[in-house]
Amino acid sequence: MKAKITVKLKDIVLDPQGNTILHSLNEMGYEKITKVRQGKVFFVELEETSKEKARALLKEIAHKVLSNPVIETYEVEIIG
Amino acid sequence: MKFGVVVFPGSNCDYDTYHVLNNVMGVPTSFIWHKDTVLSDYDLIVLPGGFSYGDYLRSGAIARFSPVMNAVKEYSEKGGLVLGICNGFQVLLESGLLKGAMLRNRNLHFICKHVYIKVRNINTPFTNALKEGQVLRIPIAHADGNYFASEEDLKNIGANNQIVFQYSDNNGKINDSVNPNGSLLNIAAIINENGNVLGMMPHPERASEKILGSTDGKYIFKSIINYLKNRR
Repeated sequence: MKAKITVKLKDIVLDPQGNTILHSLNEMGYEKITKVRQGKVFFVELEETSKEKARALLKEIAHKVLSNPVIETYEVEIIG
Repeated sequence: MKFGVVVFPGSNCDYDTYHVLNNVMGVPTSFIWHKDTVLSDYDLIVLPGGFSYGDYLRSGAIARFSPVMNAVKEYSEKGGLVLGICNGFQVLLESGLLKGAMLRNRNLHFICKHVYIKVRNINTPFTNALKEGQVLRIPIAHADGNYFASEEDLKNIGANNQIVFQYSDNNGKINDSVNPNGSLLNIAAIINENGNVLGMMPHPERASEKILGSTDGKYIFKSIINYLKNRR
């Protein structure tokens, strides 16, 4: 089974990298871009046939390892 | 008295810390490999600076799952002294031994320079040799030192006097212009509720000999030694 885990900074957390990218894009003339938040995407493969069990396992690793719940949130998506 | 310095793959201030503890402060010190699981006969465990596991994922995120960290947790729960410097502070945050998290510095630079920090709590095992409000000159060297905590955690940390050092100017004035990395409340160091686990971004081991331009870091190590002597 294949999955995609997206880790994002919480909205209340300042994102210096996202802000810098936004600033650069605006400077380059992309003035319609009004917000950039940088995150991480993990593509994971696992040995599991039950989607339910896979989701539980993926949530566990997303919470425990892949994200830091103090500053980040995550989304788990089964993609194949 | 015996001190231990944990060595993770990617630690790079382990020898500097060992040198200062063992040769400058004169306390028998040994290295603790990250796979070790027994810490019983140490009076202080230091998690040194560096880039454990290449800072992959997040600074300190992989190191917190090292076998030694279970032992460090147990050791701290029994009241043992733990000092996390720079990457060591990040490991303590990731492991939940201290509250909060580190974000990328607000200017995105890796900042390596001497800064001034003002002590805000001298009633700890790590700061008892300092005078109220004393200002120290100690270098920082990090890319992820922008301290963040939830509003609630920040409130509790303040109310419990857990803020131990704040970035300041040389006169002890604390404001945004002397905040090198964007840390909330200019926080440079915090301690846990029980007062035995300190995390600090500045490197006291890089400011403990005259030849390096400052000996202010010795106050931290002197405090620890004072505390342990009085406890006996």
